[in-house]
Amino acid sequence: MSFLDYAPAPESRAILSLRDNYGLFIDGEFVDGRGEPFQTISPATEERIAMIANANAADVDAAVAAARRAYDRTWSKMSGRDRGKYLFRIARLVQERARELAVAESLDNGKPIKESRDVDVPLVAAWFFYYAGWADKLDHAGLGANPRSLGVAAQVIPWNFPLLMLAWKIAPALAAGNTVVLKPAETTPLTALIFAEILQQAELPAGVVNIITGAGDTGAALVSHDGVDKVAFTGSTGVGRAIAKQVAGTDKKVTLELGGKAANIVFDDAPIDQAIEGIVNGIFFNQGHVCCAGSRLLVQENIHDEVVERLKLRLSTLRLGDPLDKNTDIGAINSKEQLERIRTLSDIGVAEGAERWTAPCDIPENGFWFAPTIFTGVQTSSRIAREEIFGPVLSVLTFRTPAEAIAKANNTPYGLSAGIWTDKGSRILAVADQLRAGVIWANTFNRFDPSSPFGGYKESGYGREGGRHGLAAYLAPAPIGQSSTGRAAIAGAASTAAIEADASAPAKRSRAAKPARTLQNRSAKAATKGSKR
Amino acid sequence: MSRLAVPKTYKLYIGGAFPRSESGRTYEVLAADGSFLANAALASRKDARDAVVAARAAVSGWSGATAYNRGQVLYRIAELLEGRRAQFVAEIEEAEGVTRAAASAQVDEAIDRWVWYAGWADKFAQVVGNANPVAGPYFNISVPEPTGVVAVVVPQDSSLLGFVSAVAPALVAGNSVVAIASERFPLSAISLAEVLATSDVPKGVVNVLTGSPAEIAPWLASHADVNAIDLVGAGALDWISLEIDAADTLKRVLRPESGADAAAPALGRIAAFTETKTVWHTKSLR
Repeated sequence: MSFLDYAPAPESRAILSLRDNYGLFIDGEFVDGRGEPFQTISPATEERIAMIANANAADVDAAVAAARRAYDRTWSKMSGRDRGKYLFRIARLVQERARELAVAESLDNGKPIKESRDVDVPLVAAWFFYYAGWADKLDHAGLGANPRSLGVAAQVIPWNFPLLMLAWKIAPALAAGNTVVLKPAETTPLTALIFAEILQQAELPAGVVNIITGAGDTGAALVSHDGVDKVAFTGSTGVGRAIAKQVAGTDKKVTLELGGKAANIVFDDAPIDQAIEGIVNGIFFNQGHVCCAGSRLLVQENIHDEVVERLKLRLSTLRLGDPLDKNTDIGAINSKEQLERIRTLSDIGVAEGAERWTAPCDIPENGFWFAPTIFTGVQTSSRIAREEIFGPVLSVLTFRTPAEAIAKANNTPYGLSAGIWTDKGSRILAVADQLRAGVIWANTFNRFDPSSPFGGYKESGYGREGGRHGLAAYLAPAPIGQSSTGRAAIAGAASTAAIEADASAPAKRSRAAKPARTLQNRSAKAATKGSKR
Repeated sequence: MSRLAVPKTYKLYIGGAFPRSESGRTYEVLAADGSFLANAALASRKDARDAVVAARAAVSGWSGATAYNRGQVLYRIAELLEGRRAQFVAEIEEAEGVTRAAASAQVDEAIDRWVWYAGWADKFAQVVGNANPVAGPYFNISVPEPTGVVAVVVPQDSSLLGFVSAVAPALVAGNSVVAIASERFPLSAISLAEVLATSDVPKGVVNVLTGSPAEIAPWLASHADVNAIDLVGAGALDWISLEIDAADTLKRVLRPESGADAAAPALGRIAAFTETKTVWHTKSLR
């Protein structure tokens, strides 16, 4: 037994009290779905965890109707102070049930317990805590005084951070005064359904949050639904594109957080120990199922060999296996389909002439696994340098000058994130200026915080989640004439204000006066793929 | 047979402890009907100086905590207040001679203001700070930082709400506070200190003096280790002299406010006790 062999230290599943069957969470209660139920499995063992209801179009109708009722009757009329109190309650309940949520997340998703315990769930609580405080401060959101909520938000989230993506979506939506219909990913519905129980404990008014489970067609029916005012999607660029086409011509507001192929740029003066850890964290965190993963390593040519050698050494110490084991660094790939995609693209990498190295580790018999893999000698034109693999696969490229690094980093249709490793602060800032990416990490990687906006340039989507920007994505400015706390009307400008308000009324949202939608079903079927990001 | 009550001894709150005044002095706190309620400590100059020492020692820890952490700690105070709601309502009813409904409304509003200010902890920098587009190859960002030790003469005409309204905003940014309670209604301030002592607020972050604001405030206004003074409740004092004293060390000063809207919730109350720090950094590819 070498020093690298650890005795198993599995987190107990006893903390979970799961049901055999989960219904849809509509109007504050669990109800049966009208589609064919499906099972959610543990990707580490392929064992069934529970049966999950499947929402068909009628269920989507019911969920959207419940959200609309809750919006009209309750949530849009509630004070920001009280909305905030509900969100604080949710944050506290998440903190109290953190261990349970972490175990459920690792079980259903396959990610290591140390990540769900130390990253995902604490961030979930932080997200609700942060946006809870915004609920009664919307005048400071950056849209002027008295901004208004949008209405019903349709939210479709991916499987890589199931509960965290739920928090990113629900917390700002509710803080801003919207109601929600959320669809978790088909392969990871479990923590969303436990979260529904938390909403019951928090006594959140019925219908404010509705959670419907199903596959891509459920998501497509939701985002194309006529009763929805806002669409928020995190997942693949392909599905994001289909959604953008499908909402064209409607007055739905849209935010899309899509794929990425982030460059992680390492200069020769970088603090090398930290850089190695950062590269490993950048691409092997969460098995590389991260939209902002640092999947393209751009390393300055003169330190290429040293960096690659040290990377291999470091990767050889990573422990792959049971996600519930507290020692595990690399968990299971989330699904068989995703494993196939990673394998296919890796084979293409070899076929295109890159050199493949795979960390030596035992692969468990059951479940879906992929050992950490590095490709060297990768060309910028190679598919493994251009396409999002969404797995524990790192493509290594080299550069000589900062200008070349920038050019190569930007040579991608994506633009979600990037990393810079150098001791020179001035270089960090100059390079960051020229990178076309929404989040730049310097001498660190994969940092997330509810106060920090996150989102992409180019085909990585649009809109930001987190921070004030993430709040503004769920708000619209007050109608003209109503933005100054009614002072305009009081201060003798009443007639002008009234005229402006009248003139703008037809253009503003008035549920009764919505124009008929002719484009509503356009490419609804395009959005049928399982969501991922 | 009715049970004989055990009355509480109200003391000062300095550095996380509850000392009597070093002067040994107390004064009678009377109910609205003139009956005796309790003896409160009559704080001295030395007590005020001890409180400043405690507050200064707490600055680095409190201001060094993450904003998220400060927000949670402040929110926890609201949670604890909610649990002691009945105690505060009874105390205010008795001291102020108001109806139960009025006392309840005061406590509710005090709790809700804690929540409102707690929520600002990790947000106000996003609203009052900014990136500056300077005309050159420089990264330039302005961020608010706490000014340090803030002395507060809290509004004098309420037991709890005035205290909370003046103290909470000073804490949000990471300042520590020396508060002079309402002279006439000091008891709820000390009960609140008991809440603070059992919450997650580090010792010394809030220090509460009871007694005569006219006697203590000048020592705080002229104290060289106090960075700012909030005179919101000093309207009945010779506050102009206090402002002049404060000018010796160029303290940041908030002037008195009166009426029901005194110390109303405002972002400005947080920003008033911050310093704006602007950081320049070169940008260069070489």
